[in-house]
Amino acid sequence: MSLIASVHASPLGLLLVLAVIVPLCGLAPLLLLKSRVAERAALVFLAAGLAIVCVLCFEVARSGAPLAYFLGGFKPPLGVGLRADGFSAFMLGVTAVVIVSAGLFAMTAPGADAPRMPLAFWMLLLGVWSALNLVYVADDLFALYVALELLTFAAVPLVCLDGRAKTLSAALQYLLFALFGSVLYLLGAALLYGTYGTLDIILLAQRAHGEPALLAALALMTAGMLAKAALFPLYLWLPAAHAGAPAAASAILSAVVIKAPIFLVVRFWYDIATPAQTAAVAPILAALGAGAVVLCGVFALRQARLKLLIAYSTAAQIGYLFLMFPLAAASAGAGAWGAIAWTGGALHLVSHALSKAAMFMAAGVIAETVGHDRIAQLSGIGRIVPISVFAFGLGGLSLMGLPPSGGFVAKVMLLTSAVQQGAWWIAIVILVGGLLAAGYVLRVLLPALQRPVAEVVPVPVARWREMVALALALGAVALGFVPLQPAAFLAIGRPASWEGAAP
Amino acid sequence: MSALLSTPTLFGLTGAALVAIGLYGLIVQGDAVRRILAFNILGGGIFLLFGVIARRGAGAGFGGDPVPQAMVITGIVVAFSATALAVALVRRLQALPPEAEDGDEATAGASTEREAAS
Repeated sequence: MSLIASVHASPLGLLLVLAVIVPLCGLAPLLLLKSRVAERAALVFLAAGLAIVCVLCFEVARSGAPLAYFLGGFKPPLGVGLRADGFSAFMLGVTAVVIVSAGLFAMTAPGADAPRMPLAFWMLLLGVWSALNLVYVADDLFALYVALELLTFAAVPLVCLDGRAKTLSAALQYLLFALFGSVLYLLGAALLYGTYGTLDIILLAQRAHGEPALLAALALMTAGMLAKAALFPLYLWLPAAHAGAPAAASAILSAVVIKAPIFLVVRFWYDIATPAQTAAVAPILAALGAGAVVLCGVFALRQARLKLLIAYSTAAQIGYLFLMFPLAAASAGAGAWGAIAWTGGALHLVSHALSKAAMFMAAGVIAETVGHDRIAQLSGIGRIVPISVFAFGLGGLSLMGLPPSGGFVAKVMLLTSAVQQGAWWIAIVILVGGLLAAGYVLRVLLPALQRPVAEVVPVPVARWREMVALALALGAVALGFVPLQPAAFLAIGRPASWEGAAP
Repeated sequence: MSALLSTPTLFGLTGAALVAIGLYGLIVQGDAVRRILAFNILGGGIFLLFGVIARRGAGAGFGGDPVPQAMVITGIVVAFSATALAVALVRRLQALPPEAEDGDEATAGASTEREAAS
């Protein structure tokens, strides 16, 4: 009981509750408003949520210790604990940036006559945010189950906002995959409770000593999370769902929603499982990740539509996050090199979130301006919407892993770690994935910079929406200049094996 | 009654069988309604397992454990809402006319992208 006794409710622990509740509070009042007013009201809640997350991250960084809060004052195993360590705070921050940007992107200009996003979008946006925050701060496996289901229920309708048959069937497909993942997770949680009598992550880590039941339960839960994260070969639902949604929704789904299950997989194998179990499972996860990087990369090359190309690219880029597992799992033996892999994985996660959100927004602007997103007819688009094409290009720069960008630093870290540990096949997959990404980004970018073939009458799009995409893409590039700054922050409150991340 | 056929074992085996049937159906069936049903059978099996765990009280170390029962109630509510959402999607899908496969839905997508709400 030493560790749980050492976890005290922090004075500012209430921030964890607020981060979950404030977006949720916005949901119900929005229902009473008209969509014009609802936009503004949603913006107020977005700003409040962003402020809370900023204070929370600042507090974690300042105190150098995780924030904790016990609901009702009951400590686990009796009560439910909320906890934000460095990794959680990092994810909260990334999510807040992407969600607020998507909100700004979806706004209508004051007084403009342009069609606006339906009211449901704003409610679902706040719902997704609340569920994501709960995933990142909950320390109890059943609270996490509820959070995952809330996330599913908020994310699925985002896919079919326009109500066309195509997006409805994509949403149904997504829902069935997500429910499949949820029940597997619940089965694993049942086994864990039956064996250890608790669902608190910290208590589980203390009571578990590598029993087969632990491995079976975590394997079930991981399989469920892989279905939700669309890791190869369970990616089938992702392209249709992410490509069919409105641009602002696609940006959220691709950039942050699929990161929540990946965060939980990291929690399972690094916070609960024993290092020996993690080392045994990590190569399997990496093999699936390698399959995603290579095959989904090839599929992305073959797409005829811009949004589908970006969606397949998401399925490919998720693979990199799983390549991190065996490299980071070896950190006990390989010292700092494993920690480098871990930092590289986290950097890849945030740079992918920013660049992918930027690319989906840019693709949305392009589709609105010229009325379609068929890649073959996008020649010369760079002269019509230069800012969006620039944002797309900067995002692509990070996906390819060209310097200077966050994607470059992340891939260099993973590559260094792979080479140092002699994991040559991971190194090859990282390099091949970079080449494939270059292929599918340049396939769009090169014709876009040519002279236009046909004259099109562009539909004007508000300038600041393009600027939101550009700001996100610039953020992804700017990460390349602070490669090791997040390492110390990420290590706050982590198990000892993750510390000493700086080489 | 022998240990092999004790009530928790019997219920546990039933739960396992339901999970297997549901999993098989969810993977193999192509029709959406059948897959929703399979999801419910799978969920039913898991809820039964929760009941067994509550009866055994193995983790907490006493006769009956109320915590898994509380979790099952939440689980059932969630599964019910999930089924309702899935069935609503299926119904809406069936009410719509099949979409023309002319490959030009990109145009329709862009124009309905920022659909008017009022």
